Amino acid sequence: MAAAATDVSDLSPAQAGTEALEALPGRARDLVPGVLILAFIAMALPVVGSVPTWVTLTVAGLAMGMMLFIMASGLTLVFGLMDVMNLGHAAFVAVGAYTATLLVGPLKGLLESGSVWASLAAIAAVIALSMLVTAALGWMFERLFVRPVYGDHLKQILITIGAMIIVEQIVLVLFGANQMMLPMPEALRGSLIVGDVAVERYRLVAVGVGLVVFTGLALLLARTRVGLLIRAGVEDRAMVEALGYRIRNVFIAVFVGGSALAGLGGVMWGFYREQFTVAIGAEVLVQMLIIVIIGGLGSVTGCFAGAVLIALSTNYVSFLMPDLALVSNILVMMLVLLWRPQGLYPVNKH
Amino acid sequence: MPDRPLLHLAGVHTHIGEYHILQGVELQVPRSGLTVLLGRNGAGKSTTLRTIMGLWHASAGRIRFDGQDISALQTPEISRAGIAFVPEDMGIFSNLTVQENLRLAAIRGSFDEARLEWIFSFFPALKRFWLRPGGTLSGGQKQMVAIARAIIEPRKLLLIDEPTKGLAPSIVDNLAQAFEELKARDTTILLVEQNFNFVRSLGDHVAVMDDGRIVHHGSMAELSGDESLQARLLSLHARAVH
Repeated sequence: MAAAATDVSDLSPAQAGTEALEALPGRARDLVPGVLILAFIAMALPVVGSVPTWVTLTVAGLAMGMMLFIMASGLTLVFGLMDVMNLGHAAFVAVGAYTATLLVGPLKGLLESGSVWASLAAIAAVIALSMLVTAALGWMFERLFVRPVYGDHLKQILITIGAMIIVEQIVLVLFGANQMMLPMPEALRGSLIVGDVAVERYRLVAVGVGLVVFTGLALLLARTRVGLLIRAGVEDRAMVEALGYRIRNVFIAVFVGGSALAGLGGVMWGFYREQFTVAIGAEVLVQMLIIVIIGGLGSVTGCFAGAVLIALSTNYVSFLMPDLALVSNILVMMLVLLWRPQGLYPVNKH
Repeated sequence: MPDRPLLHLAGVHTHIGEYHILQGVELQVPRSGLTVLLGRNGAGKSTTLRTIMGLWHASAGRIRFDGQDISALQTPEISRAGIAFVPEDMGIFSNLTVQENLRLAAIRGSFDEARLEWIFSFFPALKRFWLRPGGTLSGGQKQMVAIARAIIEPRKLLLIDEPTKGLAPSIVDNLAQAFEELKARDTTILLVEQNFNFVRSLGDHVAVMDDGRIVHHGSMAELSGDESLQARLLSLHARAVH
């Protein structure tokens, strides 16, 4: 990859360091996947044949993509950094959604007020609680189920699937087997009408939340010491330890953070669905795994691009060729991996 | 009373899987100066460094560093005790810039400007590719970054594994200058090398390994001045090559 180096040879080290901190790193960005996704969106317009329909499908795809990204982002970091195949990740999505239902009663006034800001405040409160609960669950999950099986992928698959079943059964015991209701806030129902185009309000909120999460993660990884550790650890855990860092603590933080993000995704997905069962997470597990694979293990940018691509293709194909809807994700995965076997934005690993 | 060695390996054995790599290594690294660990490919030199660093755990024996038994410590604790490690593959993080690679190594959080200027004085090229990702650098540039990273903060002991491998002569000269600078600052270095000509003027002490054991130790001056000893010990390397 060619690098656009910034010559700081005339600067003092402090100036060079400041220059580097204030500017984005002077390296050429790989824009090809992003450009291809934009081209894919543009090419869908003549195929769909109607601008309003195309806008609706695209916004729906982006909203779904954002929610999938939020749910899968923690999974890719766990895969990439810890080399742990946590197939129980879907359980955190379910716990996030179910936890959200606990606040529907206490926050009924805000949720039914008709005020956008009140609705957003209510959603923020729900998100905060769900993320706290799923973070705590993630901490216990890592300690009980994941820690004993570091380094053994087969055992990780078996134990995390088993743990997911346990968590789901506990949820059923606590909440019952009936479908759960999580009504969307009144102010976020319906659509914004611009000419012939109708865009659902909640989908715009989902896109906004997804962008905030992506930006937050990108800044965390690029601008903080923890982010440095995570990026380095994804590449070479042993060298990070040789520099004096207890990578195990980073593992735990990433696992807990990833679980909390899955909980956030569960809240957003639960509000979108409005009614769901304990399988709400398991239903998207395959899509999350595909997103992690086509994005590149450990790559947040790749996860973002992969989620958008998967969601958009699902929406377009479901509209144009419903018979292919179920296999569209697999087709996209095949095409991406044929083009880039390591994923859209691979992370070099030692 | 002779100075206590900074590093002392006593009867160290290391198994990697079913392979018995280190078979009772006895090695003392004196404080200050540069100790060279010579030996043919497969002698166990890299395994020795990795065992000291805790990346492989010794199955028997003791490792003492600055009076402390570090045999049972984990790698981060060994590093924080004052040991820096430059592995054979240099261990540069490809996705991090040079600046980020060094920033990560600055455990205290920020660069010591004076120390960074000192590093720039013998690795001036670092300034040119300060913001380039590690993965875009040449082998020689990576080696500079690896050593700069190891010394960005003062360490009691540097473990360096075959730094001149595959490097151009001009880069090798740079490295030699860097090691002289480090020695002048009383930094202790344990250097694994196969290039005897590179180390004969740099090294103060030498140990030769073969088949997982130390087969010779002494001063570099003694080995440099004794061609028959060189032939006997270093021909271990020549036999392996042929």
